[in-house]
Amino acid sequence: MQFHPQPAIGSLVVAAACLFTGLPAGAAEHVLAQKGKAFSVKKLQVKVGDTVKFVNEDPFAHNVFSLSDAKSFDLGSFGQGGSKTVTLDKPGTVEVECAVHPDMRMVIEVGK
Amino acid sequence: MNWMRPWALALCLSTLGWSAAPAADDPLAATPQDRQWLLPAVPPHPDDNAPTAARVELGKMLFFDARLSSERNLSCAGCHSPLYGWSDGLGTAKGFRSKVLGRASPTIVNSGYNTIQMWDGRRATLEHQAMGPMESMDEMAMNLDALFAWLAVNPGYKAAFAAAYPGEAIDKTTTSKAIAAFERTVVSSDSPFDRWLRGDRQAMTAQQVKGFRLFADPAKGNCAGCHQAPNFTDNGFHNIGLTSYGQANPDVGRFAIKPVPSLKGAFKTPTLRDVALTAPYFHDGSAATLMDVVAHYNRGGEVRTNLSASVKPLSLSNGEMRDIVAFMEALTTPARPFTLPTLPAN
Repeated sequence: MQFHPQPAIGSLVVAAACLFTGLPAGAAEHVLAQKGKAFSVKKLQVKVGDTVKFVNEDPFAHNVFSLSDAKSFDLGSFGQGGSKTVTLDKPGTVEVECAVHPDMRMVIEVGK
Repeated sequence: MNWMRPWALALCLSTLGWSAAPAADDPLAATPQDRQWLLPAVPPHPDDNAPTAARVELGKMLFFDARLSSERNLSCAGCHSPLYGWSDGLGTAKGFRSKVLGRASPTIVNSGYNTIQMWDGRRATLEHQAMGPMESMDEMAMNLDALFAWLAVNPGYKAAFAAAYPGEAIDKTTTSKAIAAFERTVVSSDSPFDRWLRGDRQAMTAQQVKGFRLFADPAKGNCAGCHQAPNFTDNGFHNIGLTSYGQANPDVGRFAIKPVPSLKGAFKTPTLRDVALTAPYFHDGSAATLMDVVAHYNRGGEVRTNLSASVKPLSLSNGEMRDIVAFMEALTTPARPFTLPTLPAN
């Protein structure tokens, strides 16, 4: 697993994911924070099948979406403490934005 | 050495604008953390449009000149007038032949600090925005070929463009650059709140200080969740649950530009600087007073469809709502004399 902002919570999240969500063997969950109106990392390398979980640590709502060819999705908006997860199932570059705050952007490189 | 003594250091810091930290027991003084609300002295500008006196003056001429509209009766200043807080005092704007438009005229005040422009964010910069109203058939409805042909032969404008952008054509690029350069000079940064931030603890009343604390407290008003430091905007988009969104075929706002479902009915967070001068409020002009605005948020909005997760009932008392309004009234920079441009003769 790869976790970025909070290793303690990340460990819990991954354990739960392995037990209940049936992640493919070898798939990793990456946990990112949305804090201070920014994603906790600007660039992330993952593999096909990995999941990325976005956790809102700000006291206001965020959104996560992408209109990229490699993965088009809209996780909706969620408030403080909320989280949403996306599975990256194709290789390519996924440009991720917060629809609420256009200044919030990051890129996920999905490798085979 | 005398100059190294603490009092001397404090004097130096004070001279540089750094007031000594307020006493912890002085709840009416600004804290060091509050200083995040101080604006940079001037708005940022693109590398290719550094402000010069000639550019600003040309932009001011263009901004106030109604001959930039097809019927020569509408200028930028018609909807963004210094007489009405650089807006127009209307619920929603009136455009070509007084056609009532769908959205309020946003103020120009501090627009140079914004990272995205217009209620739906369809223009990134002031340069990108400037020609929009001239080109819109609902607004100034101008034939741009005719406009640039006229500007190019008008001796006054010809000289003003040559001084501002020597060697460059009189076209969309230079016209929009000049207007943007002027708009960046419309700045509000000397309100009682700003003076309070800079260390004048008398600049705001006790009620206004209390209102600011309620405004910023995530557990109370949480207004600063969206109206963030330093320009009271997050440059973001929110559906705030206005009644108009519950009507048939509502204005979908940002969704028309960025087709992400959660953006349906979302509009940009406006600055609150000089907000007491720009009633009525909201993009649809549906709130007559600042108290109406605060009461709307205290109820958690009216229409819950696609409502932002940031908008929830607040449980503010009437007194607390009055405190927040009093604070917003402390965001007005005192009026200064404004010199109108001298427009070239026909």
